[in-house]
Amino acid sequence: MVPLTWYLILAAFMFSSGLFATLGRRNAIAVLMGIELMLNAANINLIAFWRYGVAPTENLDGQIFALFVIAVAAAEVAIGLALVISVYRNRRTVHLDDLDILKG
Amino acid sequence: MPELPFPLPPLPTVSQVVFLMIAVLAVLGSLAVVLARNLFHSALGLVAAFFGAAGVYIVAEAEFIGVSQVLVYVGAISTLIAFAIMLTRGMMFGATSPRNRQSGTAAIITVLTFVVLMALTRGIPWPHAGEPIVDGQLIIAGLGHAFVNEYVVPFVLLAMLLLVALAGAIVVARDRK
Repeated sequence: MVPLTWYLILAAFMFSSGLFATLGRRNAIAVLMGIELMLNAANINLIAFWRYGVAPTENLDGQIFALFVIAVAAAEVAIGLALVISVYRNRRTVHLDDLDILKG
Repeated sequence: MPELPFPLPPLPTVSQVVFLMIAVLAVLGSLAVVLARNLFHSALGLVAAFFGAAGVYIVAEAEFIGVSQVLVYVGAISTLIAFAIMLTRGMMFGATSPRNRQSGTAAIITVLTFVVLMALTRGIPWPHAGEPIVDGQLIIAGLGHAFVNEYVVPFVLLAMLLLVALAGAIVVARDRK
């Protein structure tokens, strides 16, 4: 069987990639992609800990949380992309460096 | 047969080899999301990372989650992102860098996060094998049972959230003129 550590290392790498995409990319759509990567990394951890926990056939909380995360991620990305399209229509840009009208 | 002076490392099992191949796919996809200059290449890398995560779920014997992942992420979310990229065309080929002004700070925070996560992963003696799953159908039946019993209120709330998000996305993205 695959050691639990391997799942954790893969999830840590995906989470870090997503974090950098969220904080450091210039395009708002790339930021949303980074959020999706981080949610996927969290899901990998949920599934891995479910599999290596006590009585995985009866204790399904990890899988149920993962399904909730998938559904909430779908809602989040729909709203996020709608916001991006709305911003693009009004400001003609989706570059985060240019979106600073709230800056004091 | 002569004795070896050192013990051979144990051979990887089939599931370990499959996991490593899937992990390489997911890692390359994640790197493409972060590093690609062309936003569409980032989206393709994201699809690879989604497929990698689905493969990881299937290796971990959570087949239902793996199939849901392919349906929702690869089928719906990737399509949505591809549409958003096309609707904001002209934004993806910047002459300048794909990173924003604070990307230096972001890189430091990211590396620190990764180091902390790795230290946590190495510092704790995690189990090497879970309990064997004899009957995988029990899992699917248990999921269905849980969603209409102890998790019924979150389940209904989730349905309402999806409905509100759907209507909200249409309202926000609508052309007001």
